[in-house]
Amino acid sequence: MGRFDSAFWKFFPCPVLLYGKRLDLMSTNHLDIGSLYMVFGFWSVLAGTSLSSLIRWSLFNPGSKFLDPVCYNAVVTMHALVMIFFFVMPVMIGGFGNWLVPLMLQVPDMQFPRMNAFSFWVLPVSLYFMVVSAFVENGVGTGWTVYPPLSTFSYHGMCMDLAILSLHLAGISSIFSSINFMVTITNMRSVDGHLLALFPWSIKVTSFLLLTTLPVLAGGLTMLLTDRHFNTSFFDPVGGGDPVLFQHLFWFFLDLVYLSRFMFLVYKKKLLMEMWVCSMPCLNIGFLGFIVWGHHMFVAGMDVDTRAYFSAATVIIAVPTGIKVFAWLATMMGSKVSTEAPMLWKLGFIALFTIGGLTGLILSSASVDVTLHDTYFVTGHFHYVLSMGAVFTILAGFTHWSPLFSRVMMHRQKMKSHFIAMFLGVNVAFLPHHFLGLAGMPRRVVDYPDQFWFWNKVSTFGSHLSTASLLLFVFLVWEAFMSHRPVVSVRNSSSSPEWSVAVNLPKHAALESAKMSGGSI
Amino acid sequence: MMMKLFMPSSLSLFMSLKMKSLSYSNYTSRRMSHDILPRSPYHVLDPSPWPILMAVGLWGLAMTFICWANGVSCNMLLLGAGIAAMVVYGWTRDLVNEGTFQGFHTKKVQSGLTLGFILFLVSELMLFFSFFWGFFHSALSPSLEMGCCWPPVGIDCLDWSKAPLHNTALLVASSCTVTSSHKYLKAGNFNSAVAMLILTVFLSALFVKNQYGEYAWSSFTIADGVYGSCFFMLTGLHGMHVMGGTSGLLYCLVRMLARHFSSTHHLAYTFAIWYWHFVDIVWLALFFIIYIWGS
Repeated sequence: MGRFDSAFWKFFPCPVLLYGKRLDLMSTNHLDIGSLYMVFGFWSVLAGTSLSSLIRWSLFNPGSKFLDPVCYNAVVTMHALVMIFFFVMPVMIGGFGNWLVPLMLQVPDMQFPRMNAFSFWVLPVSLYFMVVSAFVENGVGTGWTVYPPLSTFSYHGMCMDLAILSLHLAGISSIFSSINFMVTITNMRSVDGHLLALFPWSIKVTSFLLLTTLPVLAGGLTMLLTDRHFNTSFFDPVGGGDPVLFQHLFWFFLDLVYLSRFMFLVYKKKLLMEMWVCSMPCLNIGFLGFIVWGHHMFVAGMDVDTRAYFSAATVIIAVPTGIKVFAWLATMMGSKVSTEAPMLWKLGFIALFTIGGLTGLILSSASVDVTLHDTYFVTGHFHYVLSMGAVFTILAGFTHWSPLFSRVMMHRQKMKSHFIAMFLGVNVAFLPHHFLGLAGMPRRVVDYPDQFWFWNKVSTFGSHLSTASLLLFVFLVWEAFMSHRPVVSVRNSSSSPEWSVAVNLPKHAALESAKMSGGSI
Repeated sequence: MMMKLFMPSSLSLFMSLKMKSLSYSNYTSRRMSHDILPRSPYHVLDPSPWPILMAVGLWGLAMTFICWANGVSCNMLLLGAGIAAMVVYGWTRDLVNEGTFQGFHTKKVQSGLTLGFILFLVSELMLFFSFFWGFFHSALSPSLEMGCCWPPVGIDCLDWSKAPLHNTALLVASSCTVTSSHKYLKAGNFNSAVAMLILTVFLSALFVKNQYGEYAWSSFTIADGVYGSCFFMLTGLHGMHVMGGTSGLLYCLVRMLARHFSSTHHLAYTFAIWYWHFVDIVWLALFFIIYIWGS
């Protein structure tokens, strides 16, 4: 820990100790806010992984001896909500976005720094509500999709309201941060005509998707609240409403959140690829993402023609995604592929995300989906794209840019061991899910028939390994700060401008900007 | 230290009109940005307490709502609403000082604020979109429970040619008056600008009064099936936006009378007018879809 201005205190802001020396609570600096997002996401991933361990412990043996069903449902719900809203989104967009976008654009800060800070500080409040909801009454056991009528009729009391308001607050945070990113990337441009780097471009597309779809989720959640407390009948058939309406609204939003993330995943590693090769597929995926939400609702009773349309539209999304995968591979072709940890995470991502995409292709067929909906096949599919797609990218970005964020180098060899442990762990954990799903094991069940015992045991062993690798990662972060190997130079002089602050990090980089277009001081 | 944090806001009515260096520099050891010559057209902000205090205020508001909705006593929690109101005041005060008095709102910053506000309007549009989706979901395929017809059996729809048409005229007229006020301001005609703005606020007050009358005398309530739910949710949300827009226009009126606006630089007023036009367009959509088509 040592001195006040050592790396440790920079990375873990401690306002009590440093009030007056560090601007933690009141900072509007994008670097500080990015670090706050990272620390917040770090805590949330520990919480979310613990919840996932609880799930797998319960499923280790047939029979619900570990967790009772009510508690298990609450744990399953919390696991998903914490991971999506408090780990992946804050770290990817808040953490990496805030750190890198102003540096890559070479501008002093974001366009709206105060709003930036507000977007962050709403998140601990939101997390507070979410965590409290798990502890009052029976906890929220609806599953993270909070479908009515379970969420409107069966869960009376404060826990459901706490969870809904938590999602509202997280939505407010994301809407404002999306506005911030879009305006920053559009408005803060210099005139020398260089193309926008791929990472800010993809954040812009992502932010647009979030901006348009989060309010729809907010509307659906508000309808849930009024159905619960104000006698409305949006989702109540007795009054003429329809529970399927909520499914429409919810998935319209969620699909875009999924797609928005995959938009800019791999650009964290800054592969040198043609701007247009990857930006056009981004736009295509973004546009198509608006019109495919029904593939979550194939068994909700939609018309056969509707189901046929959604199947077709979903399959079409595979085309631009494939273009991107080929572009990533083409970038590496002919070059000396390093075996450093960031590259390993990237290779792992490409392979496993492709597998996840292929299982998604299987699920996109409405007729096949009827047998696989709400089975473990779906769980296997989205954990391949999330737990391996999103998480591998986050780790790739983190290992690549951690010298920049934390000013110290992480242990090179141990990071590779961490990769191997995590890779084995998540694959052993989630590959069996496909077998279980094809065999017919349903989702969100605390107990299962005895014939599913083998793959469940294997999957639990895998989850133990991946949890252990997360603990290894925690150790490696601590070790990096303890050993304090500060960055003194940048070896592979990357042309990307964010590395210009690798050795000497000022409060605001690029205070003096290049010649601007449009308007003067 | 907390006293120093709150002292400026209590004396700010006087201090805000002076070009005093507003800095929270008691808490930092580095120089404030406005002490340093700006080398880019962007606004690098000083540290600010408002974001985190707003989060605290939102916490209070959310807890108040949850406790109230579940029958738990919520007196103490109105503190949250108080904190939120104070933060809105302080944050707005800082914005006004930075933009109008300290000159940080260069053309680049103005274009950024404009784009940001447009995007905010897009998000509001999508919010209304979700409720219209809900309306169409039920109205285009009415279910058995409501008699397979729209409007549902038993609902006496409001006659669109009476009060709603009157309201439409009021809102469209208020959009016209606010636009003319804007043009007067840009032309430099201060008195007419103020007069038109007062007229706008008056017309919107009439609208709110009419809507309140409609709500009080309608034969159905929000609890009357999905028709009542959609109708009152949509018109209620719109009504809240009207009241928000009116308070924005009133705020601009106060600032206009305080001579904050120039004929070329009056971003807050521009945004308030756009918001008003947005509210008007949503009302037109409501009028044609809910009142006319839906009856």
